[in-house]
Amino acid sequence: MRRRITPATIGLYLLLVLLAVAYLMPAYLTFVTALKFPADISLPQSWEFPKDVNYSSFSEAFALLKGNIANSVILVVAATLLSTVLGSLNGYVFSKWKFPGSEIIFTLFLFGMFIPYQVILIPLFQTLRAMNLYGGLPGLILAHVVYGLPITSLIFRNFYAQIPDSLMESATLDGARFFSIYTRIIFPLSIPGFVVTSLWQFTQIWNEFLWGICLTRHADNPITVGLAQLAGGQAVSWNLPMAGSILAALPVLLIYIVLGRYFIRGLLAGSVKE
Amino acid sequence: MPGPVMPDQAIGTSMRNKDRISAFLTLLPSIILIGIFVYGFIGNTFWISLSDWGGAAALAENPVKSYVGFANYLDLFTGFLGGGFRQDLVNAVFYSVMLLAGAIGIGLILAMLLDNKPRGESFFRTVFLYPMSLSFIVTGTIWRWMLAPQGGVNILPTYVGLPPLRFPWLSSTDAILLFNWQNLLPIALYLVSLVLIIWGLWRLKNNPAKALVLLIPGVVVGGSVWLWGDLLPQALFMEEIHGFNTATFGIIMATIWQYSGYTMALYLAGFTGISQDLRDAAMLDGASTAKYYRYIALPMVKPITISAIIILSHISLKMFDLIFAMTGPDNGQTGHPALNMYLTTFRANDFARGAAIAIILFIIAATFIIPYMISSYRQRRSR
Repeated sequence: MRRRITPATIGLYLLLVLLAVAYLMPAYLTFVTALKFPADISLPQSWEFPKDVNYSSFSEAFALLKGNIANSVILVVAATLLSTVLGSLNGYVFSKWKFPGSEIIFTLFLFGMFIPYQVILIPLFQTLRAMNLYGGLPGLILAHVVYGLPITSLIFRNFYAQIPDSLMESATLDGARFFSIYTRIIFPLSIPGFVVTSLWQFTQIWNEFLWGICLTRHADNPITVGLAQLAGGQAVSWNLPMAGSILAALPVLLIYIVLGRYFIRGLLAGSVKE
Repeated sequence: MPGPVMPDQAIGTSMRNKDRISAFLTLLPSIILIGIFVYGFIGNTFWISLSDWGGAAALAENPVKSYVGFANYLDLFTGFLGGGFRQDLVNAVFYSVMLLAGAIGIGLILAMLLDNKPRGESFFRTVFLYPMSLSFIVTGTIWRWMLAPQGGVNILPTYVGLPPLRFPWLSSTDAILLFNWQNLLPIALYLVSLVLIIWGLWRLKNNPAKALVLLIPGVVVGGSVWLWGDLLPQALFMEEIHGFNTATFGIIMATIWQYSGYTMALYLAGFTGISQDLRDAAMLDGASTAKYYRYIALPMVKPITISAIIILSHISLKMFDLIFAMTGPDNGQTGHPALNMYLTTFRANDFARGAAIAIILFIIAATFIIPYMISSYRQRRSR
């Protein structure tokens, strides 16, 4: 259907462009500030493009945040991998091996996704201390794996619900058992589920701050804590926090722009029932 | 799930039973982890909130804790030193309400615009949604610079020939909608009565009988508070003024910027799910676009609105990172219970009081979430 150009369509595009500009303005300001020399940064000229471009903000910010980025990479890879694999197995049981009470257990799992994490913070802190895991990355990984279970189990449960039961039944007739059905039938069909879930976990864990600041010591701080410290310092000029923000946002923004379809699927899975 | 037909039923059954045990054993570690880390820990936090754990020796190997009942809660709500917490709670209420209104309203408008399937739809969708992928620390850092007093947002009007804004976004000490905490009970009852009356008036056209059930109690509650409100006990022994701190407005704006794209994505998924046939049929019957949304599309996406309310209230209740990054942890004007909990626990080592704040947050969250969980459980069961 071809549409004619009416005042309504012009209004629609005008509004959309205006809104898009408004949404992009913070990103623009971040870039131009990161590209300025400290001496050129002044409030009245904050929107102007720099005359001399300063690329060294990025290398300086990277030098300051290098350790934090390394910590976050280790944290994200380990926690995403573990919570996704466990979520896949849980989702398999929740959707294909329902037992009396499994729906209640699933609901109790989901509840863990919606609690304000402050309510488990003190016992978590104490438990990690008692296990000698407080302060380092393994404790933080454990926290992310456990509290990631509700969402990963949910996404996989809904994903596996789309796999027809008849596939399972014919496999059972061939003598396949619980684990061989998983490895031979369910797992090979799971790749999109793994992509959605691990992208979701990746962005969540990369962006997390509360546990990072409460459960790790300085040397093991993740990127969000490193950035907060860089930006919170009084003496630093604004080009460094802005360059640091871009570095901290880059991995998740890339995921979002390149694999946006899967990212949106994860986002919908976390909110829309079924 | 109906079991497959086996040539030898007995062997099949025993094999399936073994498989059922394998299934349960696969789930068991996760059940134990969730049981301890979610439910056990909530119980433990509640117990800590009833103790006096805190002070200099709080971080000892085996800190001394003794049971003090609800003293921590009483102190937070009525104590001399709880004023900061009470303002934080007021901030959180205003923050939640304005975030819900802003993010749902703007998200809905964005979704309706994109529902027209304009050229470049995916570009616009990407632009409206990208803030959602950022960390709150990144958002906070960027918006702190956006809202700097003599720059950023404040000088934007100068580019179209207007005088610059002078609002000191994050450092403002003004407050509006002031009220005295002593009058908390009458204010709460007035609000209840207002809600009942508005709801009743709204139902009046379609269902007068039900409207009266709402209107009469609403008028009675409001009227009796107006007449005899002085008899209600005062919530505090001294006058204490709270209100909407205008410094939090910048934080609300940043959160709306980050989350309106999210509600847009939710609504867009809902609108796309409505069949084109239904829309065409409505248009053939002479419905305008406005009527289509008012009577068909919006009622159909009501479950999405409920999901959005749940998710956004959850976000606004635990809001910690964004405020930390935007105004620093020690800005009293923009405080929030979640931030207060962190400072009380990990800076002041007052674990019991921190636990009490956490439990209060949890109870507020649970009043939203538990009904939602029960209804989604029922929905799954009924299929």
